[in-house]
Amino acid sequence: MSIELLKGNVAFAEAAVRAGCEAYFGYPITPQTEALEHMARRMPELGRVFVQAESEVAAINMVYGAAAAGVRTMTSSSSPGVSLMMEGLSYMAGSEVPAVLVDVMRGGPGLGNIAPAQGDYLQIVKGGGHGDYKMIVLAPANVQEMIDLTVLAFDLADRYRIVTVLLADGSLGQMMEGATLPPLRPLTERPAWALTGARERDTNLVSSIHLDPEELARFNDHLQAKYAEIEANEVRFEEHRLDDARVGVVAFGTAARVAKTAIAAVRDEGVAAGLLRPISLWPYPEAALRALAERVDALLVVEMNAGQMVEDVRRVVEGRVPVRFFGRTGGIMPMPEEIADAIREVADAAGAGAPEAQPQEVNA
Amino acid sequence: MKGTVTVDDALCKGCALCIPVCPKGLLRVASERFNARGVHPAELDDPAELCTGCEMCAIACPEAAITVYRAVKA
Amino acid sequence: MTVLAAEPLLTPVYEYPKSLTHVPTHYCPGCTHGVAHRLIAEVIDEMGIRQDTIGVASVGCSVFSYRYFATDFAQAAHGRAPAMATGVKRANPDKIVFTYQGDGDLASIGAAEILHAAVRGENFTVFFLNNAIYGMTGGQMAPTTLAGQKTSSSPDGRDPATTGAPLRMSELLAQVDGAAYVVRRSLHDVVQIRRAKKAIRRALEVQRQGLGFSMVELLSSCPTNWGLEPTAALAFIRDEMVPVFPLGDFKLPAEPAAAAGAAAGTGARA
Repeated sequence: MSIELLKGNVAFAEAAVRAGCEAYFGYPITPQTEALEHMARRMPELGRVFVQAESEVAAINMVYGAAAAGVRTMTSSSSPGVSLMMEGLSYMAGSEVPAVLVDVMRGGPGLGNIAPAQGDYLQIVKGGGHGDYKMIVLAPANVQEMIDLTVLAFDLADRYRIVTVLLADGSLGQMMEGATLPPLRPLTERPAWALTGARERDTNLVSSIHLDPEELARFNDHLQAKYAEIEANEVRFEEHRLDDARVGVVAFGTAARVAKTAIAAVRDEGVAAGLLRPISLWPYPEAALRALAERVDALLVVEMNAGQMVEDVRRVVEGRVPVRFFGRTGGIMPMPEEIADAIREVADAAGAGAPEAQPQEVNA
Repeated sequence: MKGTVTVDDALCKGCALCIPVCPKGLLRVASERFNARGVHPAELDDPAELCTGCEMCAIACPEAAITVYRAVKA
Repeated sequence: MTVLAAEPLLTPVYEYPKSLTHVPTHYCPGCTHGVAHRLIAEVIDEMGIRQDTIGVASVGCSVFSYRYFATDFAQAAHGRAPAMATGVKRANPDKIVFTYQGDGDLASIGAAEILHAAVRGENFTVFFLNNAIYGMTGGQMAPTTLAGQKTSSSPDGRDPATTGAPLRMSELLAQVDGAAYVVRRSLHDVVQIRRAKKAIRRALEVQRQGLGFSMVELLSSCPTNWGLEPTAALAFIRDEMVPVFPLGDFKLPAEPAAAAGAAAGTGARA
């Protein structure tokens, strides 16, 4: 396996192919269109399904159909398109079919712009569609993770019969980095519940309707039990320079990547900062965050939105330490120096700032 | 007897769509009894054995409740 | 049944189709959804494709159609059955896939999905039950509601000046190159029901031959929401709906000879 220079959008699309995705349905939208274009060439080459749908509404329902038929299937889009998919995602949760969605987030609300953003956190992590459901949400921070987490997304989707979302952003979609693709995997077998024609078995039904309230309540109990199992088993995160940290930065995806540069800068000044980077946004790394809150003086949440994941951080931390927020909206990526300033402020306020006598020496 | 029909009481909703289509007017609503659904089901009233098993009633039935039999030459 | 025992020479010539489950339907008395179900099931039986058929149910009165067919089934979101069927069929190109949709589902909320399934020439079959009203939600105006027809959301009658005129989906979809077979039939009398069954058979044959998108529109009754007795409802189809939704073949496959040959064995029962 060699390192190739890959664009994020192409990388996750090809990773999906390698993971055994048999059917891709999508609709063009910047900044993820290269993925659709890659699939338009690649899938027919392998005798697999590619359909450019008439809308994201149709695309997600095509995914629903292919998932019901038991093949590995996916779609990808960007924020406004993902909004249109909420109906289908709720139905898919309600009928427990596995599928993968990649959201290459852009600036919003509305048409917003095509620049990188993280404004879909609440929509994707908390639901977006109707009803009590969850999707596993994985947040890559570089092109290699776009690949690795896409492969993982298919495996988790199948294991738990759940929709798994790769929550990326326009920066990750558009950037080119060296990365390694996995080998092409054999296609998966159709599961026993799938719609393949009732040959030598009873008929199968894929449906999200449970008209009887008691029956629907039991189904919801079943979903919640499954979600609890996922929360117990599938938490993923990265800890970066947290061993001696007195200020903990919490950020995901591209924001986390920039935060690492800022942390390096303030550490040079003697501010003991570190990063907790949730990789699974649901299930959220609650235990790791709670433990971190026990040992730092303050937390700073950095996001490319007006403050969304910070709600989860405050929920988990429960007032143990001050939680501050720094965010940029408009599709603007925060600069390392902006984040460094925010860390310094948080550190000073918490009494964890740089030793006054030392900055000159440290920076020299 | 050329033919006959049976109406499945469990399926019949008493819509009576079978009645006007019978060329010989042999079907009727059993107004003196109810089925489990609480409706008067349709039934064959054919003492003279005029039914030919033409299937018209079965074709009109929305519940697939009618089975049609025809005499076959031995 | 006592007749049977006494007359061993009597042979069943018209029985409950094997492709229907023995679940009594939730449809109102006299509703012709049941006729459509039975015809589709009979054709599936006659073609011997029950184990290779996958249905996609829609939202509306037909939401529970999955209960009644003894085939694999998916239950789609409102209007999205053609999109879901696209996924099902593309993943199962060797299976027979059909959607079963009403006029609110297909002609209103799912207008884009049905149109583009036809545009792509998706090789599945659509059974489109047009009863000119939203049945399940209690009789509201549909895109297919007749001018002047009173519904619970057009209490003074549909006014074309503000709510438009009935939408003729078969004529619309017949304009699409990807549509191979688009016809309208009615379920209002025995002759029409026999014709409807032949069209259902032909549509599934078109799919089996891989000729592309096929749709059979079936004018259907809604006695409850029309406020008519079942027989009067059939007369309403004949007298009021057929003039607005003329019966006929709007699109036939490019090679009618082959398809007609296949459809010839439609069976003695219809």
